[in-house]
Amino acid sequence: MNMIVCAKQVLDPEAPPASFKIDPASNSVVPPPGVPPVISPFDGNAVEAALKIKDAKGGKITVITLGSNLLRDVVKKPLSMGCDELILLEDPAFQNGDSWSIAYALAMAIKKVGQFDLVFCGRQSADWDTGQVGAGIAELLNLPIVSLAKKVEAVDGKAKVERVVADGYEVIETPLPAVITVSNELGEPRYATLKGIMGAAKKQPIIWKPADIGADASKIGVAGRRTKLVKLFQPVKEAKCEVIKGETPQEAAVNLAARLRQAKII
Amino acid sequence: MADYKGVLIFGEVAEGKLTGQAQELLGIGRKLADALGEGLSAVVAGSGVAGVAQQAIAFGADKVYVVDDPLLKDYLNDPYVAAMQKVVEQAKPQIFLMGQTNVGRDLAPKLAFKLGTGLSTDCVDLAIDPGTKKLLQTRPVYGGNARATFTTEGFPQIATARAKAFSALEKNDSRKGEVITVAAGLAPSVVRTKLVNRVKEEAAGIKLEDARIIVCGGRGLGGPDNFKLLEALAKLLGGAVGASRPPCDNNWVPATLQIGLTGKIVTPEVYFAVGISGASQHMAGCSGAKHIIAINKDPEANIFREAEFGVVGDLKAVLPALTDKVKELLKG
Repeated sequence: MNMIVCAKQVLDPEAPPASFKIDPASNSVVPPPGVPPVISPFDGNAVEAALKIKDAKGGKITVITLGSNLLRDVVKKPLSMGCDELILLEDPAFQNGDSWSIAYALAMAIKKVGQFDLVFCGRQSADWDTGQVGAGIAELLNLPIVSLAKKVEAVDGKAKVERVVADGYEVIETPLPAVITVSNELGEPRYATLKGIMGAAKKQPIIWKPADIGADASKIGVAGRRTKLVKLFQPVKEAKCEVIKGETPQEAAVNLAARLRQAKII
Repeated sequence: MADYKGVLIFGEVAEGKLTGQAQELLGIGRKLADALGEGLSAVVAGSGVAGVAQQAIAFGADKVYVVDDPLLKDYLNDPYVAAMQKVVEQAKPQIFLMGQTNVGRDLAPKLAFKLGTGLSTDCVDLAIDPGTKKLLQTRPVYGGNARATFTTEGFPQIATARAKAFSALEKNDSRKGEVITVAAGLAPSVVRTKLVNRVKEEAAGIKLEDARIIVCGGRGLGGPDNFKLLEALAKLLGGAVGASRPPCDNNWVPATLQIGLTGKIVTPEVYFAVGISGASQHMAGCSGAKHIIAINKDPEANIFREAEFGVVGDLKAVLPALTDKVKELLKG
């Protein structure tokens, strides 16, 4: 099985909410000091989905990452988990795109990779949370898409996917090649082994520029955007918490119940 | 693109009825259509769904496009994208709204790329810019830490709306509207994927999205056993039990209990957040609650910046005592 995983480097979504700051002049987020970026968590689930199939059926996993200020030890994480090759779309021309221009660049890179059975993407990235790139790649490459996968099996030239829905899941069968977006219900991504980390350290990522993938300059980065960011802001929070106290936790609980009753909340 | 006019909403159907979310889309759709001085339509797709058209009219649609075809009986990406493309080419709406549901999340992005237009997902605010008359699409980003407002260059301007972000209009059964039948014209070969099975995992009882009271547990529960404490309180109050993502990822509780940015969005009267740190991704699911009560042993937890009332303490000690006192108060 030849598989491709699209992974994105993002600001760590686990950073404390209090550390989140916006620079209104540039409509961008100020990276919290001392908090390194990470691979977007749902992309970690996408890597895990590919690795589970590699465990079962063998094959090769190529990871493609588009971004800027890419830290090598961050973007190499999928390699240390067991993926085989890393391609970086690293060029200012790719920067500041939206789902459209990013999906286009990734689709062109996937075309250049050539033969593949499955493309895995995280269901949404931890920065812009749009949840569109997987579908965009599918449409641009004229492939079927199955989204929100919690389980993926390759069976007889098809993929059998359990897809998360509000009250349970659906089982969807798709011919290959196909695009699958992955959700956290698939399971925690595996830890990198020491062997994996050492192997990844030796591997050099392949770097592709727009010309390498035959990208139309008007369709990548800022130029290729179909949506325009007007404003990035933090809604003002007015909250003030009334902390109910007590000599013991049990007493605090009793006082809480009384307070809620008094406020007619229960 | 002067020939794109009006607002179209995707009238999702469940169990033969227009969903609550589709009703909400008609509510915001009406506001947007009025701001543009244009009409509001709905598209209802499925098999044997012609009867739903009148419901859409009762909730505010001036026109309903009905696409009825056996190939649309169950939602699958290929036939629905093809059918919606056909309706958009006929209706030429300036704005096309869908719900951010299992269907909308899957349908909207593929359709937007097929139509060559932009999309904003999970919108919590939609408005018409008085100057440019463009749709201003505001959505949560960075896990809910911030909001971003976008505009789209192409047409239609497509957006999916978060559940409960908008309100439905009062139902008016005497409202009149136009029903237009659109032939899906789908060749079976268009449908590449196959729905093999549907498995229901949700527990019987109150649905989280409808619950008036929710008792929600997080990583602080430490394991599945402590959820019994939450169940006792919920049962007493006639509420439902939910969970943040870590208990679901750890298989302490079923994934269908997940409340949060990628889980269920809930708007109860009362929300107990027990052993929940209050990360933005979770707050995105419950910030619509009227009263949030936090129980956490960490006084620095972010939840105390989000809650109205809080107790700092071990939930294993707090919850049983709380449940007992509430029981006593409810009796008296």
